[in-house]
Amino acid sequence: MATRTANGKAPTPKLSRKDFASDQDVRWCPGCGDYAILAQMQKMLPELDIPKEDIVFVSGIGCSSRFPYYMNTYGIHSIHGRAPTLASGIKLTNPKLKVFVITGDGDALSIGGNHLMHVLRRNIDLTVVLFNNRIYGLTKGQFSPTSRTGHVTKSSPLGSIEQPLNPLSVALAAEATFVARSIDVETKHLQDTLQQAAQHKGASFVEVLQNCNIFNDGAWHHVTKDDAKEDHLLRLEPGQPLVFGQEKQKGLRVSGLGLEVVEASQADTSPFDPTEKSGALAYALSRMEYPDFPVPIGVFRQVDMPTYETDMDAQVAFAKSKKGDGDLLDLYLSSDIWKVGGDGKVPEERNELKKQIRS
Amino acid sequence: MSTVTATEEFTELDSVVVRFSGDSGDGMQLTGTQFTNASAIAGNDISTFPDFPAEIRAPAGTLAGVSGFQVNLSSHEIFTPGDSTDVLVAMNPAALAANLPDLRDDCIVIVNEDAFTKHNIKKAGFAENPLEDGTLERFRLHRVKLTTLNREAVADIEGLSQKEIDRTKNFFSLGLICWMYDRPMEPTLEWVQKKFKKNPTLVEVNTKAFKAGFHYGETTETFQLRFRIAPARLNDGIYRKITGNEALALGLVTAGKLANKDIFYGSYPITPASDILHALAALRHFGVRTFQAEDEIAAMGATVGAAFAGAFAVTASSGPGVALKSEALNLGLALELPMILIDVQRGGPSTGLPTKTEQSDLMMALFGRNGEAPLPIIAACSPSDCFDTAIEAFRFAVRATCPVIILSDGYLGNSAEPWKIPDPGKMEPIKVVHPSKVDGQEFMPYERDPETLGRPWAIPGTPGLEHRVGGLGKAPVTGNVSYRPEHHAQMVEDRQAKVDKLTDIIPDQTTHGPDSGDLLVMGWGSTYGAIRAAVSRAQSEGYSVSSTQLRHICPLPKNLPDLMGRFKKVLIPEMNCGQLAFYLRGKLGVEVESLTQITGRPFKIETIQDAIRDLLGKDAK
Repeated sequence: MATRTANGKAPTPKLSRKDFASDQDVRWCPGCGDYAILAQMQKMLPELDIPKEDIVFVSGIGCSSRFPYYMNTYGIHSIHGRAPTLASGIKLTNPKLKVFVITGDGDALSIGGNHLMHVLRRNIDLTVVLFNNRIYGLTKGQFSPTSRTGHVTKSSPLGSIEQPLNPLSVALAAEATFVARSIDVETKHLQDTLQQAAQHKGASFVEVLQNCNIFNDGAWHHVTKDDAKEDHLLRLEPGQPLVFGQEKQKGLRVSGLGLEVVEASQADTSPFDPTEKSGALAYALSRMEYPDFPVPIGVFRQVDMPTYETDMDAQVAFAKSKKGDGDLLDLYLSSDIWKVGGDGKVPEERNELKKQIRS
Repeated sequence: MSTVTATEEFTELDSVVVRFSGDSGDGMQLTGTQFTNASAIAGNDISTFPDFPAEIRAPAGTLAGVSGFQVNLSSHEIFTPGDSTDVLVAMNPAALAANLPDLRDDCIVIVNEDAFTKHNIKKAGFAENPLEDGTLERFRLHRVKLTTLNREAVADIEGLSQKEIDRTKNFFSLGLICWMYDRPMEPTLEWVQKKFKKNPTLVEVNTKAFKAGFHYGETTETFQLRFRIAPARLNDGIYRKITGNEALALGLVTAGKLANKDIFYGSYPITPASDILHALAALRHFGVRTFQAEDEIAAMGATVGAAFAGAFAVTASSGPGVALKSEALNLGLALELPMILIDVQRGGPSTGLPTKTEQSDLMMALFGRNGEAPLPIIAACSPSDCFDTAIEAFRFAVRATCPVIILSDGYLGNSAEPWKIPDPGKMEPIKVVHPSKVDGQEFMPYERDPETLGRPWAIPGTPGLEHRVGGLGKAPVTGNVSYRPEHHAQMVEDRQAKVDKLTDIIPDQTTHGPDSGDLLVMGWGSTYGAIRAAVSRAQSEGYSVSSTQLRHICPLPKNLPDLMGRFKKVLIPEMNCGQLAFYLRGKLGVEVESLTQITGRPFKIETIQDAIRDLLGKDAK
């Protein structure tokens, strides 16, 4: 397969993972989950069939936000929480670019909460990858907006008294058109999920459960390390019923306004459909937390909606079709005008008027 | 209002200051604007000063709700909306009360007598009816039953409520003033046709109200005098009226065209800067992409992103918003990308005076960022200068590859003056170079141009130039993350040197009047008009005084220390507590006199004239 170039130049050979690795030494802590995410991203990108000069990674601040430095694409390591704003400006200026926002639970949900909500609801065609390790790592271990209530950290020695945010519930409430979850160590699943997100037209949001082995080791062990981890995971697959467990022995059933875990034989057998418009089931699934429920991974929601930059370009094209390509002199003259000198009369004919200004 | 000659019918004036004043909902801004348009078309020089409360509709009849529009019309070049009012149209007692201090003796005062009810009089803070108790003795008072007369005038038009009818009484007053100053009816009638073309009843009622006011002046014997102001002797050309905010919008779009670049405008609504957003949002056919962000920070962030992607990126705000933008603006500085931040200043601190003017963000523009963070600053000095400033700011931004700050203020933003329409074909193009890959050469994102010290503006989509930039400390040339002491020191010095290098293209500071003498009155920004007029008057009184308006605040023009040294004294009038004076004392080690005003209003010519007299003695030498 050959790679297209945005400007229609001669095709180049298909890129490989190595093409996307920059010359900078990766400086995350040994054993950090970020390495796995970086590897899957670099493996996935050649599959998009996009030249690397058309790809931009934008990040905020935090451990995850060092990510762009390690990608041999265009990139900005910006400021805390604001990556979605820069990404919006980039994408609106050049809609041909493939834009990724790399962020963490503190960056996206605490200091940058407002921007996350708005970039998603505007449906700007970019992919937000949120590394959720439920801790502030770069500042050495304070509780984050996804830390569990009671979590003992340096800044919560008696336990956090805050209610955590659920990133997927937030994304769904913010009208994201693609919402998914994966796990750092589920390499194949992660690569597939990132690819689906990147290929989605519109704002896509992927939460990656990521282990911080220094400050919050084991936050996700129930779905990564346990022998019984498959009993704690619900792998969402379009067209398949919502069953899970080592032997697919469990399932889900609607109960009241939520879901309950039941034996597979009693489970709802209707196939899961992430394109369902209302997103009600996706939201109910996003609320499920271990240990009362299995942790769903995969694509929760995927719907088609017009993207912001397409609509913006359509407005530009529409305005140009109605008014013609903007002419500066016409713009200056779009007000009451008068003439000083000569006969003192403003010429009625526009071309004559322009001629006088130009002379 | 100096009288030149009196003919049978008309008294010729060389200038007049008219102020329309009423409740926020009385349509005073519209009335003033229409009167200004009619006068501009008649060829007068004009300068306007809209003065309105931050509340959209404050309680009717209260002082808090008074909205005013002042216009100075003249047969010669003028620089300010005028110190005191010659003609006041007051729609209610509160409007009268709010304006009393600004009225000179013998001023014409036209009041809507219908509004002088006991209740309204009390609400305005008068103990007695000011029309009766001698308060207005020193003025030429005209009591006009505007509401009643207007109701009668439009009585035959069906389908309108009393409230809707009363809303047109501002057009009655406009008609009366247009008659009094011999303004043509056509511009206003045409405007009414256009504005209400979807509602023939409104066209009819406003037309009738306007004509009734005009004819009332003619038929009643109340007004014995009519006035004429001859056209001003401006330079030959085609003119329009322009406010500072309009001029900024036009200037930005022009800069984009001169560089063959689309404008990206990231903004969050804020008074008094929102009009720039409104103007640009209507210009999609110029490829303008306006992005109304979720907050000020996002507006700045999106601007930085757009600059990275290759747009001519702009954001604008006012004090509180600029404070929020500080961190992302500083990222723009660290990334070394061209972009513009406009601060239409208003009274502070905090929310302060949203609709009133002040120049108190100078220190924030100069120093309001963490770290050593120098940025070029240009201060526009008149509404039409805002146009040139926008273009110049982009030239600077592209050359020095950094954000450039434009300082305007509420007074400049909302005030209007005539603008001679320029020929865009004669403007110098803005040259932008986006590098492309040179075979066999590794791309160095922070390799500086030896002449400008700017860095290459390589944009995404360019094969072979993939690179990463960020807010962390970096090594020179490669831009790779580095905390090494010598790297940090050099990057800090380079960014300062790059800004200082702009003095290569900044013109020498010049003076109005001789370039040496007893006193130099130096201003910046919107004080230009008042300073220029005050100094002209002082010069004609024989004082050895010149004026100069500093547009380039950072970096300063090369010749500034020399110029200041050629005057015995330097006076700096500012609408703050002396920020430019403080800056120049520190930067140049010079002593200056400071004249400060922090009232939320522009300087009067007289205030500056008095300060000149105080410094140079009562008698001219």
